[in-house]
Amino acid sequence: MSTRQVSTRQLGRRATVKRTAGRTGQYVALLCYLAFLSFPFLWLLSTALKPPRELGSIHPAWIPEAPTLENFRQAFAQQPLLEAVGNSLLAAAVSAVTAIVLATPMAYVLARFRNRFSRVATAWVVISQAFPLVLVIIPLFLILKSLQLIDSRIGLIMVYVVWSLPFALWMLTGYVRAIPHELEEAAAVDGAGRTRTLVSVTTPLLAPGIVATALFSFITAWNEFFFALVLLKSPEKQTLPVVLTHFLGAEGVADLGPLAAAALLATLPSLLLFAVIQRRIAGGMLAGAVKS
Amino acid sequence: MTLTTAPRRSTTAGSRRTVGPRRDHGAWFLVLPALLPILVLSVGPLLYGIGLAFTDAQSGRTQPTQWVGALNFSDLLRDSLFWESFRIGLVWAVGVTVPQFVLALGLALLLNLDLRLRWLARALAIIPWAMPEGVVGIMWRLVYHPDAGVLNETLRRLGLAGAGDGRDWLSGLATALPAVILVGIWAGMPQTTVSLLAGLQNVPRELHEAASMDGAGGWRRFRTVTWPAIRPIALAITALNFIWNFNSFALVFVLTDGGPGGRTRLPMLFAYEEAFRYGQFGYAAAMGLAMVAVISVLLAVYLAGRLKRDEDK
Repeated sequence: MSTRQVSTRQLGRRATVKRTAGRTGQYVALLCYLAFLSFPFLWLLSTALKPPRELGSIHPAWIPEAPTLENFRQAFAQQPLLEAVGNSLLAAAVSAVTAIVLATPMAYVLARFRNRFSRVATAWVVISQAFPLVLVIIPLFLILKSLQLIDSRIGLIMVYVVWSLPFALWMLTGYVRAIPHELEEAAAVDGAGRTRTLVSVTTPLLAPGIVATALFSFITAWNEFFFALVLLKSPEKQTLPVVLTHFLGAEGVADLGPLAAAALLATLPSLLLFAVIQRRIAGGMLAGAVKS
Repeated sequence: MTLTTAPRRSTTAGSRRTVGPRRDHGAWFLVLPALLPILVLSVGPLLYGIGLAFTDAQSGRTQPTQWVGALNFSDLLRDSLFWESFRIGLVWAVGVTVPQFVLALGLALLLNLDLRLRWLARALAIIPWAMPEGVVGIMWRLVYHPDAGVLNETLRRLGLAGAGDGRDWLSGLATALPAVILVGIWAGMPQTTVSLLAGLQNVPRELHEAASMDGAGGWRRFRTVTWPAIRPIALAITALNFIWNFNSFALVFVLTDGGPGGRTRLPMLFAYEEAFRYGQFGYAAAMGLAMVAVISVLLAVYLAGRLKRDEDK
C-alpha cells in the first residue's frame, strides 16, 4: 500500500518537473522567436539614433550612448524626402480610394452570386497574384508610353489601382459574405428596393471592412517598389521607397545614419496603420484564402 | 453571358439566391467599374506580354517590332545566365519557403498555447509584415554591414571573429545567397505564422484531449491530430509562398542587386535587367513566360487543394 502511494507521488512529481521543463522550453523558444523578429528593427532604430562618431566606431554599441535626431535632419538635407513623402502619400491615397470605389460593387456581386462568372473572377484574383510582374510591366510600360504617361504620377496611380483591385475584391468579398443575407431580405420584405437595400443596409454593415481594405491598399501602395522604380524617372516624382535607395549611393558606400533615419520614417506610416487594422486584415485575408 | 444564379448546387447556393431576380442585368452595373480596368490594364497587358515573348521588341528602336516565333525561347535555353538565374531562383524559393514554414509552424504552435508573451509576439510580428520590402532590404544591409553591422559585432563579442575581421556577408561569393535567404525567411514569417495559427485554432480541442487521455505524447498528438487538420492549409500556404518567393524582386534588388557576380540574380532581377537596362523587351517577356511554367505547376497544386476543400464541404 505505502509503496504504491510513494510511487504515485513520485510519478506526479516527475510529471510536474516534466511539465515545468516543457513550459521553460516553450518560453525559451518564444524568446528566441521574439529576438529573431525584432533585432533587425531594433538595430535600424539604434543606427538611426547614433551620432556619426558612434557609427564610425569599430565596436558599434547595441544601444546608442549619445542618441541624437541629427540623422533625421541630415536625411532631409541629403535627399528630397519631403517631396517623396508627398508623392507616396498622393499615390497611395488616390489609388486606395479609387480601388475601393471600383471594387466594392463587384465584390458584392461575387459574394452574393455563385455562377460561372464569379468562379472565373475568383480564379483570376488568385492567378493574377501569382504572375511574374515582368510579364505585366513591359506591356504596361509600352501602353503608358504611347499614352505619354511614363514618368507621370497619373500613370503610376492607374497601375496601382489595377494592381490592388484583385486583393481588394478578395477581401471585400469575404466581408460581404460575413453579412447575413437575411438582413437584406428583411429590407426587401419591408419594401426597400435593391438600391435602397444596398445603400442603407449593406453598405453601413460593410463600412469597417471597406475601411480596413482601403487602409491595406494604402499600405501596399505606400510600400510598393517595382512599379515605381520602372515607371518614374524624375527624382522629384519618385516615391519614398525608390528615393531611399539613393541614400545607398555607389556600391557599398552609404551614409548609414541618414539612411537608417529615412528608412525608419518610411516604415512608420504603414506600421501604425497596420497596427490599427491588423486583426481585420488577418481575418479578411483568411476568409478569402481559406473559407471561400 | 449574363449574371444568372446557379441553378445547380442548390444546397449551397440556395441561401444566396434569394437576393435579386434570376437573371439580373443590374448586376453588370455593379461589376463593370472594376471589370473594365481589370480587362484593360491587367488581362490585356498580360496577353500583350505573352505575345511580346514571341517578338523582337526592344526599347527605343525605330524599326517595327517583328514576330520571331520561338527564337527568344531557343535563345533563353542557350543562355547560361538564364539557367543560372533559374537555378538560383529555385534555391532561393525552396531555401526561403521550407525553413520559413518550419519556423512559422513552430511559432504558431507556441502562440496557440496559453503563454504570457503572446501579445508581444503578435505585436512584433507586425513589423516584418508591414514594412516596405525596400526598407527591409536596407535594414538588413545595416545588420550585415561589415563594420557597423550588428551581426559582425555580435560575432566579435562572442569571440567568434577577430575584431578587425569585417566580413561583408552580402558581397561574399559563398555567403551572399544564404544571407539574402535569411532575410527572405524573416520577411515572410508573419503571414505564414498567422495563416497557420488560424488553421490551428480550427482544430477541435476535444480531439487533443481525447488523444491525451489515450496517453498520446506531444509529438504523437501533433502527428495524429494537429497535422492532419492543418495539412490542407499548410499545402496551400506553401504553394503560394513558393510562387511569391520565386517572383520576388524588391528585397534582393535592394540587398545585393543580384551580386556578387550574379550569385543572387533571381529570375525577376534577370528579367528586369534584360528589359530595363538592356531594353530587350521581347527577351524579358519570354523569361517571364518561362517563369510562368514553374509557377503554373504550383498554382495547380494550390487550386486543386482549394477545390478539394470546397468539395469536402
